[in-house]
Amino acid sequence: MAHPEGNGASLPRMQLRLTLETSIPSDVRFIERIVALVQRQCRELSYPNRQCALNIPVALAEALSNAILYGNLDDPQKSVRVRADADAERVVIEVADEGQGFDLAGSTIDPTAPENLRREDGRGLYLMTKLMHRVERFNRDGNVVRLTLHRDG
Amino acid sequence: MSFALEKQGEIVVVDVEGQLIVGNRQELKQKVLDELERGERKFLIDFSQTGYIDSSGLGVLVSLSKKIREQGGELRLANLNEDLKTLFELTKLDTLFQIADSRERALESF
Repeated sequence: MAHPEGNGASLPRMQLRLTLETSIPSDVRFIERIVALVQRQCRELSYPNRQCALNIPVALAEALSNAILYGNLDDPQKSVRVRADADAERVVIEVADEGQGFDLAGSTIDPTAPENLRREDGRGLYLMTKLMHRVERFNRDGNVVRLTLHRDG
Repeated sequence: MSFALEKQGEIVVVDVEGQLIVGNRQELKQKVLDELERGERKFLIDFSQTGYIDSSGLGVLVSLSKKIREQGGELRLANLNEDLKTLFELTKLDTLFQIADSRERALESF
């Protein structure tokens, strides 16, 4: 359908701010759907393809799986809350579980060290910190991990 | 998301369609281990139809590589797009796996 102002991508990006707020049961099968929704926010706001296809999905999938498997101990009675707030400059995602939380710095290993390279685990937090500009963890009505990504370019 | 297996000569080729993440990594692992148990020894995983891979997916690739090697076999990877290549480089897994730019080159390399 033709739009008198042209397509959505030509709209001044400062005008748009997209927020997603949802809650899912602790079930890893929900991860892909939530990731797809947040990827859509990024694409709507014309973030670079790499950030929509790599940084956001991998970091968010890690945060969600940590919340489900470690925070909520894979208990489907518990839920994970997700809030993703995106505007022209940055995407801020908060993932909250019902666990006790963890020491972010103390839990992150270097999976690229020769002694860790063949490990099957230990890459999740590392990838989050490499793919996001900022990763924070705090307690506020549950254990919250906040991921912040600034637009490239 | 799904995994398609086909035999090309002596090589089992696995296409990863969609994501390779915590929710489906076990399925990939089991399918490859079943083939290993049947006596297959040469495996190629093709990522040309793959979206993203999380740390669990990477972990399964490391695990399969070990198990296949223990049985005297070989695992090779092919068709990583630029984003997936970055993921392997960030984790230095590009140094652990033999990665080919195309399926054909990977098949020829066995």
